[in-house]
Amino acid sequence: MSLFEQKVSELHERLHKKEISVTDLVNESYKRIGEVEGKVKAFLTLDEENARTQAKILDDQLVNGGNEGALFGMPIGVKDNIVTKNLRTTCASKILENFDPIYDATVVQKLQKAETVTIGKLNMDEFAMGSSNENSAYQATRNPWNTDYVPGGSSGGSAASVASGEVLFSLGSDTGGSIRQPAAYCGVVGLKPTYGRVSRYGLVAFASSLDQIGPVTRTVEDNAYLLEAISGVDPMDSTSANLDVPNFVNSLTGDVRGLKIAVPKEYLGEGVGEEARNSVLEALKVLEGLGAEWEEVSLPHSKYALAAYYLLSSSEASANLSRFDGVRFGHRTDNAETLIEMYKQTRAEGFGDEVKRRIMLGTFSLSSGYYDAYYKKAQKVRTLIKRDFEDVFEKYDLIVGPTTPTPAFKIGEKMDDPLTMYANDILTIPVNLAGVPGISVPCGFGANGLPLGLQMIGKHFDESTIYRAAHAFEQATDFHKQFPKL
Amino acid sequence: MSRISMEQVKHVAHLARLAITEEEAKQFQHQLDQMISFAEQLNELDTDQVNPTSHVLDMKNVMREDVAKPGLPVEEVVKNAPDSKEGYIRVPSIIE
Repeated sequence: MSLFEQKVSELHERLHKKEISVTDLVNESYKRIGEVEGKVKAFLTLDEENARTQAKILDDQLVNGGNEGALFGMPIGVKDNIVTKNLRTTCASKILENFDPIYDATVVQKLQKAETVTIGKLNMDEFAMGSSNENSAYQATRNPWNTDYVPGGSSGGSAASVASGEVLFSLGSDTGGSIRQPAAYCGVVGLKPTYGRVSRYGLVAFASSLDQIGPVTRTVEDNAYLLEAISGVDPMDSTSANLDVPNFVNSLTGDVRGLKIAVPKEYLGEGVGEEARNSVLEALKVLEGLGAEWEEVSLPHSKYALAAYYLLSSSEASANLSRFDGVRFGHRTDNAETLIEMYKQTRAEGFGDEVKRRIMLGTFSLSSGYYDAYYKKAQKVRTLIKRDFEDVFEKYDLIVGPTTPTPAFKIGEKMDDPLTMYANDILTIPVNLAGVPGISVPCGFGANGLPLGLQMIGKHFDESTIYRAAHAFEQATDFHKQFPKL
Repeated sequence: MSRISMEQVKHVAHLARLAITEEEAKQFQHQLDQMISFAEQLNELDTDQVNPTSHVLDMKNVMREDVAKPGLPVEEVVKNAPDSKEGYIRVPSIIE
């Protein structure tokens, strides 16, 4: 049995009893990577030498220790849009092929304080734009359950590395579903925190009003531990919320009696596959059996979320990605005489198709004469979507539905049509627009043998209720005890 | 017939500082038209009385003390620049 089939709390206890060492945990990671990485292709950069040195330091500390934190010595993977000092960070883009960050993201500093060990940097869709990892400039990560299928995206490497046992857990980022969708496709637990819960300092920005960093883990309990470690206000991110960080693990009581669950009819209707719908209805039975109550509700503006999201996120991206101009960092073209040619040619050579497409759409919708009709209109629709959630949360504690309309699709299946690809995200995008937290937990398998995810959405800054319900559901089912055979 | 002209596509590419070929311009013309048609479903909604949301949390200006702190070392800052000399970043001539 792999060490990573155990939970953080179990491994923590075994470290303290000296049954295992941090070096054992790090060895387990690189051994597994050696065995399966050729098939899974989750990593862009490995940091093996540093990880082994760090493991030795921590093992020495443990000899006289006793006060280690919950995550002490745990091997973690980090999505490659989170900057790591002196460890190459590419955003899976050619434009940052040799980028060597000069500082650590706040979440990385927090991991260091928690004394985790970074194993390497994880593949993603270029600049987090995509739902399949096929938009990486380097490699297409595979779904560990069937390597002909996509792992989802954009945090595909984060989900695939955890599902295949290469790391114990990982960090991803979620702008429109980029943690929850791959977590669903790979059969692991992924949470997008409330906007502002986790500092974005050092997260290479895609859409600043939507982006959040969050944990990808095998169990809900591990997820709660990891979120607690990375949360909190940060002077370097003025949009981080000045609130105390709850003890999320304490909320895992197993008790959901009287919990009021809302099930939006739009999340079980048109565009949602039979398998996803049935798995949610089964999950609701489980929750009902545990004493929760559920009713059907409506989020009437759901169908407009996708269009609003693509206008807003692309607009923000077109502004954020203007920093990649070949001047201070990243690729610079050899084929330009003037400064403006240098900008244009550098960006043409450095960015992939999907990134260019979104920069074009964003620039268009922010341009003079179109701003009101597209960008501002989308911002107003965002208000309506946010109100939908506020209305439901006046009466209910939690919203439940599928994470994705179907299980994972085959590699290459949706690459030709951007709009079909975008439709994967219809159930996750409204959550980012409203800024509320959402989790995906495993809730079944499709006929193709690939996992399905249950999405639970909570009130602003109420990750605790999400964790309580997700944990109770997980403990009542055995989906999290199944592992892909690679 | 696309509602977006080739001239518009080229203008947007210029604003975005993106060199595009004639072939790419045609492709963007088609894809932008598709995406904009899709986005126009938002016009089904009456939003005259709705305020835009640019940020979901109820936050005003976030202030901090103005305290001088050391910045990043120059050699670190220019480390990733494609072309630098003596602590400066070099670019093609900006004045004709």
